[in-house]
Amino acid sequence: MFQFIVRRLIQLIPVLLGVTIIVFSLMHLTPGNPAQIIAGESAPKETIEQIENRLGLNDPIPVQYFHFLKDAVMLDFGTSWRTSLPVSQELAPKFWVTLELAVYSTIFSIFLGLIAGIISAVRQYSIADVGIMLVALFGLSMPNFWFGLMLMQWFSLQLGWLPPTGWGSPQQIILPVITLGTMGAAVIARMTRSSMLDVISQDYIRTARAKGLKERVVIYRHALKNALIPVVTVIGLQFGSLLAGAVLTETVFAINGMGKLMVDRILARDFPVVQASVLIIAVVFVFVNLIVDISYKFLNKRINMD
Amino acid sequence: MNQETILDINDLRTSFLVDGFEVKAVDGVSFKLPKGKTIGIVGESGSGKSITAMSILQLLDKPGKIMGGEINFKGRDLTKLSEKEIRDIRGNEISMIFQEPMTSLNPVYTIGQQIRETLKVHQGLDKQRGTKKAIELLTLVGIPSPEQRVKQYPHELSGGMRQRVMIAMALACNPELLIADEPTTALDVTIQAQILELIKDLQSELGMSVIMITHDMGVVAETCDYVAVMYGGKVVEYQDVKSIFKSPKHPYTVGLLNSIPRHDTDVDELEPIKGNVPSPKDMPEGCRFAPRCPFATELCTQELPTLDTQADGGEVRCWIYTDRWDGDPEVNVRESKRTAESE
Repeated sequence: MFQFIVRRLIQLIPVLLGVTIIVFSLMHLTPGNPAQIIAGESAPKETIEQIENRLGLNDPIPVQYFHFLKDAVMLDFGTSWRTSLPVSQELAPKFWVTLELAVYSTIFSIFLGLIAGIISAVRQYSIADVGIMLVALFGLSMPNFWFGLMLMQWFSLQLGWLPPTGWGSPQQIILPVITLGTMGAAVIARMTRSSMLDVISQDYIRTARAKGLKERVVIYRHALKNALIPVVTVIGLQFGSLLAGAVLTETVFAINGMGKLMVDRILARDFPVVQASVLIIAVVFVFVNLIVDISYKFLNKRINMD
Repeated sequence: MNQETILDINDLRTSFLVDGFEVKAVDGVSFKLPKGKTIGIVGESGSGKSITAMSILQLLDKPGKIMGGEINFKGRDLTKLSEKEIRDIRGNEISMIFQEPMTSLNPVYTIGQQIRETLKVHQGLDKQRGTKKAIELLTLVGIPSPEQRVKQYPHELSGGMRQRVMIAMALACNPELLIADEPTTALDVTIQAQILELIKDLQSELGMSVIMITHDMGVVAETCDYVAVMYGGKVVEYQDVKSIFKSPKHPYTVGLLNSIPRHDTDVDELEPIKGNVPSPKDMPEGCRFAPRCPFATELCTQELPTLDTQADGGEVRCWIYTDRWDGDPEVNVRESKRTAESE
């Protein structure tokens, strides 16, 4: 197990290297001169050239990349071109907000998705099953910015139960989490249903019943643990995409998170902040999936880690 | 049969309700099992033998349902019990082992956990005492180094070992009745013999009654005291094991016996029974076996015979043994093929 983790951590290096190359190239290939944007529309040529020199924008791109990489390895992401603050200082508070949003949303979608999926599977073709799958289809196919606006319209403006914007207090957390977590819940519910149906028809479930176990024990102890592996995979992927996909939700609810920051800074061509953000998301994504892989081993002893 | 009867199934009918149609998988099955004895239920796939077994413990897959009849076990009709009452019997007074040892154990729990579970539910044993009992049980079924095995997962064991574990699990609460649903079908021939031997030994040691579901007349000869031959959801013949091999009465039983190799005769070729088991969806109107029977007459195709007790105590469901028989009065079912072909 230890060996497995070490090997996966080593595998992380080429992955992150690849991510930095892609992000770096993309930023530098997009049209628009950062120096021009920093200096303003009507700035004189000399000012722009001065800024270009200061930021090293005139160096060949591989040289610029190398400088970036050298600092990044030391966890130094430079200073923001826009605010002149250290990137880490700018990013940290926003990262925590987005991480919170993603974690709460994931918990919400696991909770709702698992329960709905299990009910659906145990009562296959019942009204409950059909109803849950319809709602899940709805949750899956509706754009979440629209859903967010609808929730806001209903619960904040009409009923006045919950604040429409912001982040921090428990009331403020509810709507964004529902907005962001619903799609995940729908995916998990569908995955749980099909995985459970598959497991319920297995011989060992009949064995469990033949032992005289209660149906509840048969479902939760014998079936669920076997059905969880594909579900856990989906949860891992879901978490990563929540982290990266929080942009719309953050915008709708005016939450000062990393998604919003990234969009702002991409428009401002603030390369250091964008690069650092993408890198952080990539690292979290890879780590979450490492945890998922490790959890396989606990769910099923047949999986060989080495 | 003067001994005490442990199980008395009377006119059991089990159906599957598919798209509003009733598919009769078990259609009026009756038999008695004396205490401490073994009855073999024999038939081809689709004859309803497994469904009969599943009906006893009500382990039918959806949409299977017991439509009528009685299953009397020690004076109680199992079909009338509540979900909780039948749960208390499962794995406790009546246990079951299945055809597929490879998939019948839960892959994510250890052997010990799975055996302990039964002991906990029915006898309230805690982990420590449960483990001790599990080791005893594994020893009983002949698993070497049981102290290590309890900690292992099913995938670490061979098929034969897993079937032994299944048996150990089934025996955990000293059941009075063991239902073995083709327990050796999925195993190698040498392992088959070992498992049958094990079941027989345990039976005489523990005084259990056994229902042996099988399609293999060899298994019947090896283990059973009585045999019920099933065809198309009905019992067509019921005899003690000696009589069934010495003087089979129903043409279907004769067919089954002719399709296994024998070394006491010079016949080189086996005689398969021609055709297939009819689907429960379109059962023949008369005798279920009539379309495949070399002796079938018009009467056979029109009217279903009843299961009648014969002079020697056996029961058979065939027109040949009745007053209304309209075919050759000198017919001898045991010379079926040769007669049928030479004509």
